[in-house]
Amino acid sequence: MFLNTTGCLWILSFPWFGMDIGGTLVKLVYFEPKDITAEEEQEEVESLKSIRRYLTSNVAYGKTGVRDVHLELRELSMCGRTGTLHFIRFPTAAMHRFIQMGRDKNFSSLHTTLCATGGGAYKFESDFRTTADLELVKLDELDCLIHGLLYVDSVGFNGHPECYYFENPSDTQACVKQPCSLAHPFPMLLVNIGSGVSVLAVYSKDNYKRVTGTSLGGGTFLGLCCLLTGCETFEEALEMASKGDSTKVDKLVRDIYGGDYQRFGLQGSAVASSFGHMMSKERRDSISREDLARATLVTITNNIGSIARMCAVNEKIERVVFVGNFLRINTVSTKLLAYAMDFWSKGQLRALFLEHEGYFGAVGALLELLKASEDP
Amino acid sequence: FHQAGGQSSHSMDKSITLPPDEIFRNLENAKRFAIDIGGSLTKLAYYSTVQHKVAKVRSFDHAAKSDGEPLYEISVQEEITARLHFIKFENTYIETCLDFIKDHLVNTETKVIKATGGGAYKFKDLIEKKLKLKVDKEDEMSCLIKGCNFVLKNIPHEVFVYAKHGDSEFRFQNTHPDIFPYLLVNIGSGVSIVKVEAEDRFERIGGSSIGGGTFWGLGALLTKTKRFDELLQLASRGQHTSVDMLVKDIYGGAYGCLGLTGDLIASSFGKSATAEKEFSKEDMAKSLLHMISNDIGQLACLYARLHNLSRVYFGGFFIRGHPVTMHTITYSINYFTKGEVQALFLRHEGYLGAIGAFLKGAEEDNPNQYCWGENYAGSSGLLSVSPELNPMQRERSGTFDMLEMDRLERQLVNLPLLQDSSSYIPDTVDLTEDTLAREYWLCCFEEALDGVVKRAIASQKDQPEAAERAEKFRQKYRDKLQTLRHQPFAYGSLTVRSLLDTREHCLNEFNFPDPYSKIKQKENDLALKSYQRVLKTLEELSWEQRQIALVRGLLAGNVFDWGAKAVSDVLESDPEFGFEKAKQQLQERPWLVDTYNQWIERLKGPPHKCALFFVDNSGMDIILGVFPFVRELLSRGTEVVLASNSGPALNDVTNGELQILTERIAAMDPAIQYALDRLTLVQSGSSSPCLDLSRLDKVLATVVRERGTDLVVIEGMGRAIHTNYYAALSCESLKLAVIKNSWLADRLGGKIFSVVFKYEVPSIIQGHH
Repeated sequence: MFLNTTGCLWILSFPWFGMDIGGTLVKLVYFEPKDITAEEEQEEVESLKSIRRYLTSNVAYGKTGVRDVHLELRELSMCGRTGTLHFIRFPTAAMHRFIQMGRDKNFSSLHTTLCATGGGAYKFESDFRTTADLELVKLDELDCLIHGLLYVDSVGFNGHPECYYFENPSDTQACVKQPCSLAHPFPMLLVNIGSGVSVLAVYSKDNYKRVTGTSLGGGTFLGLCCLLTGCETFEEALEMASKGDSTKVDKLVRDIYGGDYQRFGLQGSAVASSFGHMMSKERRDSISREDLARATLVTITNNIGSIARMCAVNEKIERVVFVGNFLRINTVSTKLLAYAMDFWSKGQLRALFLEHEGYFGAVGALLELLKASEDP
Repeated sequence: FHQAGGQSSHSMDKSITLPPDEIFRNLENAKRFAIDIGGSLTKLAYYSTVQHKVAKVRSFDHAAKSDGEPLYEISVQEEITARLHFIKFENTYIETCLDFIKDHLVNTETKVIKATGGGAYKFKDLIEKKLKLKVDKEDEMSCLIKGCNFVLKNIPHEVFVYAKHGDSEFRFQNTHPDIFPYLLVNIGSGVSIVKVEAEDRFERIGGSSIGGGTFWGLGALLTKTKRFDELLQLASRGQHTSVDMLVKDIYGGAYGCLGLTGDLIASSFGKSATAEKEFSKEDMAKSLLHMISNDIGQLACLYARLHNLSRVYFGGFFIRGHPVTMHTITYSINYFTKGEVQALFLRHEGYLGAIGAFLKGAEEDNPNQYCWGENYAGSSGLLSVSPELNPMQRERSGTFDMLEMDRLERQLVNLPLLQDSSSYIPDTVDLTEDTLAREYWLCCFEEALDGVVKRAIASQKDQPEAAERAEKFRQKYRDKLQTLRHQPFAYGSLTVRSLLDTREHCLNEFNFPDPYSKIKQKENDLALKSYQRVLKTLEELSWEQRQIALVRGLLAGNVFDWGAKAVSDVLESDPEFGFEKAKQQLQERPWLVDTYNQWIERLKGPPHKCALFFVDNSGMDIILGVFPFVRELLSRGTEVVLASNSGPALNDVTNGELQILTERIAAMDPAIQYALDRLTLVQSGSSSPCLDLSRLDKVLATVVRERGTDLVVIEGMGRAIHTNYYAALSCESLKLAVIKNSWLADRLGGKIFSVVFKYEVPSIIQGHH
């Protein structure tokens, strides 16, 4: 048996993709080899070249596809090759256009394996087959999530740590983002916030269980925001939320008790009833779209924090790692989660975050592709 | 502007139709007020005394007794009992109500009114001005818990499980002797999760800001619907699948390896993140309801698991009898605990705060030392789930709801001889679940009403207004039956016992304390005359012959029952119908249920140490049936405890009557006279023709324990068939009755006058501790 230096049995044909088709977003990772020899370049078929050029020379694809340039992992060594890992996302609603593009670019002629995870791997399997003559290798999304996360953390973020936390989470002024290492990650409570939320207790790379989940996730935030404010995108919703004031919408403990509810140690500033002020018509008439967006964001985030904290206590796990695309460009939520974990556990729990938020499933899928090449 | 005008005229309408004198009852003697003012409803509580007529019996001087005179005299006396009144009404009525109370409050020395609830601040000045009482604010949560403990302890069938698609939507649970620990999830505008470990020990272990206020507030924004009830109605008509992203929307089917079914909601409102589609109000309201109910259910489960609690009660305005929210919460709890925890609800959930506030103010009256009973005559009962079924109820729902509780004169406890007090269910048939039986019994009680009214009037011939009162009784009881036809669950599980008890409560309400007193008196007199003859016949028999004759005598005596319509018709039309005739009516052996052979074998063995005998009717039953049987037990060396009703019910012998009868029998029977120190008379603590072995006089329980009771005899249809037929006791028991109702006999596979003779030995003989 002949092994190359990194353990790959034989050189896997390009292109290398990993795909995670979620309820709202499709996450795609693409490995661009930078060590292509002249010989290889010459042998490279036209369709492969065109895919590579299309993906690497653009940062936006169609109206809705985006390449997160700031996340790309450079000089990454995978399966004996060195290159850049690109992170691309587009709405699941555009999935059919993507499949058509696969057909138009004659993807099936490359005889590559397409590894996909997420619910869409099942939902769109037959579309891939019938439209683009492509056979998907379907992978479990939680397996991929954990494997991808551990891999990205182990290779680091272009020389920096992948993981971070907030120092002084209970103090808005002194609260700062601090890089950290996930060197000893187990056990960890992994909270994946996509359209919905899954909470996993992870004891090792392959030993984990899904503790619970909630349907109040990123999809709920965006869905409610669209209905309440007429916004259309996540970015727009977050932009509004960043300018709003949720205390005009939510009823606080002090609104009911005049101050703290000392009998139960509840601070006056704690939210007693999310959207509670909206029971009154005058209040409804006096708030802005921004306030509503902020209240929606705070409500969903606090609720996730609350469930995560209860699960951590029930499972006796102190490390709570939050991932998923809900946290993308969403410092309001990350800080709120950090605060909630710290405050309600009296400092017992620590919230950890990862830079590549929502891409771990896709990375995990890519790893499966490469792993498949190891098995004869 | 227009709206405000409309609203005030609306409340004017209501105040005109208000009949407060039927609502704020017994105000003359009211004291100790408490008020709980919520967001939309006010709950008022007060303590009052009620003057009642009660029938008393008194023995004539023996020396003066001649043959023509009755055995004892009956007198009607006034008695004062304590009652708690709780009234719930919409906040719009508050001023009208306070005015009414002010005008009718005469005798009170009360200076303060305990107040709780969010509205207590808002209305403080108004209350102080109108009632001239100082408002004393109490913490909301401690009132809630105090009230919750109180109803859990005192009201049978307080707790229920909600099953939308069940045979009956409400499944009531029996009062559990140990109510602690439990979790109370109070869903007001936010959610509080409270762990209660003891009467005064509780802790808010968690909560959530996503609660009733979120449903209302977000719902109002999304649907432009203002009222909470309307939002719930919208939700009940909606389809959440058009708004929510389901697992199958993401996977195309189920996510099999995690056991997530395709219909599970993956992301609430996950499909509404688009500007291209319009969503219906109904669908959005439904999705919102699911989102909030699931979220609360999930948190409740996490807290229940963390604190290892299995009893989880839900309350607060979000729940308050709304079938829609009870259903979604039940569903959620069931889902998240995989069926291990059931969501529990309370019939009087809306009153908890008021009850608690009241109890705080009444501590010097030691309300927790007494047992209390729900008065079915004065309480409104649970509202109909489908108001359109009963328009009468719908009107009430918008106005007033009442709960009245009587202070019971005796402390009630479990019979110590129950095999498992926590699983004991007194009633044999739950009419809430058995539609056929329900229809039969409701008709049966309706048909018997004429007779009861006639009897009531006859019992008070000397009082000309008795007829008018009896008519009011008829109206009230008929209304109750009507209500129960539409809402069998109104007072907990509907049973023959609750129908009988409701009738007794209504009779008392209109001052007919003992309609059968004169009949009982006459029959006792008559039976006493035959006592010695019956004894003589028995003494001539061989031991074996005597045993069966004693049992047949007991059964024949039990035929004399005015509670059974078939029999009361016979007794009414044939005054000569006597003991011998009754014996002829009895079914020949083998009886419908016949374990007589085992009983006779047992009697050949060593005597029982002590027998507890729950007696039934006056007259032939007690004198010619029970006494000879008891006499035989006493002669074997067995001690006997005779348990009779504390208060009157139909022609059942009361403790007062039995004392006189025993004296008289002892005077003419030396064997009884000789054994008097081994014959004890105790009160059952009940005034019902049926028997709840979990609510018995504390003295009875003590006597039973002290005497080492090893045999329990339960006699009669009410006590041994309608109730306790399946009761499992930890000692030997004998249940015997004659089925005097052809429908019931038919159901049990027999004919009218079939005999049930059920002698049981417990399968688990308890070991030494």
